[in-house]
Amino acid sequence: MWDYLKLVVLGLFAVGAAIAANYAHDTAYLVNAITVMLAAGLAFLVVLRGIGEPKFVNKNEYMDGVVRAGVIATAVWGVVGFTVGVFIASQLAWPWLNYEALQGMGNFGRLRPLHTSAVIFAFGGNALIMSAFYVVQRTSATRLWGGNLAWFVFWGWQLVIVLAAAGYVLGGTQSKEYAEPVWYVDLLITVVWVAFLAVFAGTLMKRKEPHIYVANWFYLAFIITIAMLHLVNNMAIPVSVFGSQSVQVTSGVQDAMIQWWYGHNAVGFFLTAGFLGMMYYFVPKQAERPVFSYKLSIIHFWALIFLYIWAGPHHLHYTALPDWAQTLGMVMSIVLWMPSWGGMINGLMTLSGAWDKLRTDPVIRMMVVSVGFYGMSTFEGPMMAIKAVNSLSHYTDWTIGHVHSGALGWNGMITFGALYFLTPRLWNRSGLYSLKLVSWHFWLATIGIVLYASAMWVSGIMEGLMWREVDANGYLVNAFADTVAAKYPMYVVRALGGGLYLTGGLIMCYNLWMTVRAQPSRVTSHSVVPAE
Amino acid sequence: MCAKRVTTKPGEVPTTGHSWDGIEEYDNPMPRWWVWVFYATIVWAIGYSIAHPAWPMLTRATPGLLGSSTRADVAAEIKRFDDANATIKQALVDADLTTVSADPNLMSFAQNAGAAVFRTNCTTCHGSGANGVEGKGYPSLLDDDWLWGGDIENIHLTITHGIRNTTDEDARYSEMPKFGVDEILEKPQIDEVVEYVLKLSGQDHDATLALAGETVFVENCAACHMEDGSGDITQGAPKLSDAIWLYGGSREKIAETVTYARFGVMPNWNAILSEDEIRAVALYVHSRGGGQ
Repeated sequence: MWDYLKLVVLGLFAVGAAIAANYAHDTAYLVNAITVMLAAGLAFLVVLRGIGEPKFVNKNEYMDGVVRAGVIATAVWGVVGFTVGVFIASQLAWPWLNYEALQGMGNFGRLRPLHTSAVIFAFGGNALIMSAFYVVQRTSATRLWGGNLAWFVFWGWQLVIVLAAAGYVLGGTQSKEYAEPVWYVDLLITVVWVAFLAVFAGTLMKRKEPHIYVANWFYLAFIITIAMLHLVNNMAIPVSVFGSQSVQVTSGVQDAMIQWWYGHNAVGFFLTAGFLGMMYYFVPKQAERPVFSYKLSIIHFWALIFLYIWAGPHHLHYTALPDWAQTLGMVMSIVLWMPSWGGMINGLMTLSGAWDKLRTDPVIRMMVVSVGFYGMSTFEGPMMAIKAVNSLSHYTDWTIGHVHSGALGWNGMITFGALYFLTPRLWNRSGLYSLKLVSWHFWLATIGIVLYASAMWVSGIMEGLMWREVDANGYLVNAFADTVAAKYPMYVVRALGGGLYLTGGLIMCYNLWMTVRAQPSRVTSHSVVPAE
Repeated sequence: MCAKRVTTKPGEVPTTGHSWDGIEEYDNPMPRWWVWVFYATIVWAIGYSIAHPAWPMLTRATPGLLGSSTRADVAAEIKRFDDANATIKQALVDADLTTVSADPNLMSFAQNAGAAVFRTNCTTCHGSGANGVEGKGYPSLLDDDWLWGGDIENIHLTITHGIRNTTDEDARYSEMPKFGVDEILEKPQIDEVVEYVLKLSGQDHDATLALAGETVFVENCAACHMEDGSGDITQGAPKLSDAIWLYGGSREKIAETVTYARFGVMPNWNAILSEDEIRAVALYVHSRGGGQ
């Protein structure tokens, strides 16, 4: 019965998408509609072939298939995102890479959102979804709630990524940073996200542990807040049901404020709270040490959740935004400094008594560097939110450097650590294929980040100083093009740093692949047993 | 925290007595320095938000005890330089452009200001070295090949009103006919006149075609470009007898120009710049080497 309902819904979607493709007003919509048609058609066939087959599900086992798929998706999208990043970094250094033949599709302007969305939402998003599914099962000692709903979340999210990416290249964009997907992709995101929330919260509710582990607080806060941010920032009225373009409900400074309220909390809840959830599980697991302080985790959790939501206006210092909002954005960002560091302290201090593992275990080294970069960028962020500093740093490469020390250092490294932790366990392997390759990955990534971040600091501060330089009569000393020319060496170094980071990512993929292919399996139990 | 505290070993910090998938939690206190820095930032935030505009009320936000305003700060900064430069700017506006160079003080200011205005406004098309973009329709300002005249008065006029724009009715204006598109000339005639123009500029050409092209040139082109191809600055008709080409001097490019014509536009800077800035940048451009 349930299967027949699925068939009807999928069939309707496939036919509906085909009709929509026929009436499409623009290429992005056309390609997206055909993609939806194919995806719904494929899902239809899969369901159809499965009808009447006996389905055996051991309810006493963790649901790890979807986590395995998430591990693969994370690694693959990671490499895709890094590759686009290295390419657009090279386009900035050598503009001739904006090939004439690529104009309108492969030039920097089209590829830049492809890069940011690929790394944040495809790489980061898959890492968060799969690790949330893994962690919530282990720390609740129960199987995921909702049966195949978890698979819907996984495949729905991949569809979101493909639709958004094809849209960007073909010109389907809302032109809102980190919220570029057009209206119908936003609708799909909403559906997938609600399903994600249902699976996660449902699993928590049927947990067999008396308390909810701290990692799950962070995951839950991340899921709920992202839902709210997504709904408010994407309020738009489509120009046509058969076109990708839409009109924002808000405009002017209100729209700017909502956009950066969203944008900053995409950083705060997607890239900070969600990844802190990962940190709180994988660091103590890998170190085999208790978490440093339960009290600290409570206080810094609530302080972080309360304060982050205020910090958005610091993206709009010295703009049309009223002074009062700028002041609040700035002071809340400063107060946010210690709550952010609470996570770093808990992560680093968890290792006290296990520091010797840094010598022998490159995975724990990766996690430590990750937490270190987290601490650094959560100090740098509040500092850059101070208006006096921001007047120099705003619009310069310093911002890019700041974002990447956080993204490559914190988000990237903790995700790599989680992937190295999960792969042997999920595929029942006795261990990683090569710790030496993990070491290579570690050093390539670390050196890559250092090159990237320091190049952008130099470039950003230089650029900021050149922009503001005036002569004795108050006239500007430098033309904009002068600053662009002066940044060339730093752009080359940045592209090189990105290249090293990408190389590390490829080595990781090889290592994980060989772990699954070549390592002997070990006998473990996946049955749901509470730890005590 | 209802679970009982558990001390695992003597002398070790107790845990909260709970375990998730083998993860335990120590019951360590929060680090003191962390708590105190956190308090300090809160106190500072309260103080700062009392001193500056911060908390939204019913009709407006609290203005702050210091009465600070970013808009007022910018206005004050601009006014400081405006006040400091007011006298010398007025002197530049009142001066006769042809004699400014005799006043070292005024000329030095104009050069300085003009360079800044040029960097900010003109380099996009004319390049940071003012050498234009060869073959793309952005003329070099360094040579003595001027489209609309290279003396200071003409440069000043061009910058003020611009060229072929629709926003200033005093803009410089002229329009080359689209000889090919509008079928003023036949294809063979265009080929002939192109050879003649190649001959005028001393390039390799087909002598037979060029001979026929001379008639076409005299009948169709000479009114603006003059019989000897020396151009006419009163109507912005480029000189064709030298090696400097606005849109390229190859056989193909010249044929393209004759067929489709060209229509280079420059904005009227009186809508953006003040008179003293226009004068400064005119003097700056005039002194780049090509000024007449």
